[in-house]
Amino acid sequence: MIEEQSVIKVGMADLNVGSYDKVIRTTGLGSCVGLTLYDPGKKLGGMAHVMLPSSEIAREGKLNIAKFADTAIPELLSRLLNLGAIRNRIVAKMAGGSQMFAFAGGNDTMRIGPRNVESCKRALENLNIPLLAEDTGGSYGRTIEIACSTGLLYIRSVQKGIKEL
Amino acid sequence: MELFKNQKDLKMDVLKEVGNIGAGNAATALSQLLNKPIDMAVPKVQLLGFEEIAEKVGGAEEVVFAVFLRVEGDAPGNLFFILSPDAARSLLSRIAGISEVSDEELNEMELSALNEIGNILAGSYLSSLADFTSLSMYPTVPALAMDMAGAILSYGLLQFGQMGDDALLIDTTFLEGQNEIEGQFFLIPDPESFPKIFNSLGVPFE
Repeated sequence: MIEEQSVIKVGMADLNVGSYDKVIRTTGLGSCVGLTLYDPGKKLGGMAHVMLPSSEIAREGKLNIAKFADTAIPELLSRLLNLGAIRNRIVAKMAGGSQMFAFAGGNDTMRIGPRNVESCKRALENLNIPLLAEDTGGSYGRTIEIACSTGLLYIRSVQKGIKEL
Repeated sequence: MELFKNQKDLKMDVLKEVGNIGAGNAATALSQLLNKPIDMAVPKVQLLGFEEIAEKVGGAEEVVFAVFLRVEGDAPGNLFFILSPDAARSLLSRIAGISEVSDEELNEMELSALNEIGNILAGSYLSSLADFTSLSMYPTVPALAMDMAGAILSYGLLQFGQMGDDALLIDTTFLEGQNEIEGQFFLIPDPESFPKIFNSLGVPFE
C-alpha cells in the first residue's frame, strides 16, 4: 500500500477530503460503510466512515454528521464542492457493511451492515450521484483507501487479500 | 460526552468492581480449564473515543479472535472475549487437546472449540455479574470471528453511537505468569444500563 506521509486518515464516524497525490484511508470497517466521492477531472476525493444508517435515531446533543449515512454524504459532497469539484462529474464507490456476527433470530441491530449500505444508496440517489462500484456485505472486515490521483479504491481484508475497484 | 454528572470517581470505582467480579470468576473458570493459575490485571474503566477502543488491542487493523455476546435482560450490553491469534492457538492446544494447531486458518472443529471456551468464560463473567447486582442478564448465543479488531469491536459501539462519539469500556486482562497476555474481556454496557447497575448496587445515579 502507500507511504504514510501522503495518507489522510479517516476515523470511525469521521470524514475527510484530499487531492492529487493524497491517499485517503479508513481502517477496520465492519458493519460501517466506507463511502468515497471522486471528481476525476480535478482529482479530488473524499471519504466518509459511516457508522449508522440514519440521524433520526440520534439522541446526542451535538450531532456528529459524519456518523450517519443521511447526513455524512451531503456533507462530504459540500466539502468537495468547496474544494472546487464539479457537481455533475462526481462519482461514488463504497465498501463495507458486512455482517460479522450472525445470530439466530437476527435482531435489527445485528443487521446494521446491510442497513448502512441501503441507507448510503438512498442518500446517493437523493443527491443524484452515480455509484460506480461497491464491495459490500459478507462477514469480514475491510480496510479501504482511495488514491486521489486515479480514483481507484483499494480494499484489503484478512482472508481475501487486496481488491481494486 | 459526560456520562455521569455526580460522584464520577465513585461510579468508576463501582464499575471497576463490576469488571473485577465478572472477570475474576471467568479467570477462575479459565484456570480450572487450564489447570494452572491465571492472574488478572486491575480492571480499567474508561470513557474512550471509538478509535481508542480498537487501540486497546493493538489498533483497528490488528487481527484478533473475538467471541461476542449480546447481553440481554435488565442491563443490556455487549461483551467481548478477545484473544490474539497466538493466544487462541495456545488455548486450543492446551484445553481442547488439539495438539497440532496449524499456522493456517483454523478448521471448523478448532473454531467451534474456541467458541465454546469463550462461551464458558463469558457465561461465568455474566452469571457472577448477575448475582452481584441481582439483575437479570442473559447472553445471546455467542458468535466467533477472526478479523480486524476495528471491524469486530464496532459492533459493541452501536448503542453508544446513537448518543455520542465515545463509549464506556470495562476492560480486564488475563495474565499468565509475568505478563503474557492470555485474553481480554471488554464489557460495554448500553448507556441505558448504567442507572440500573448503580441502583441495584445502592449507588444513587443522579
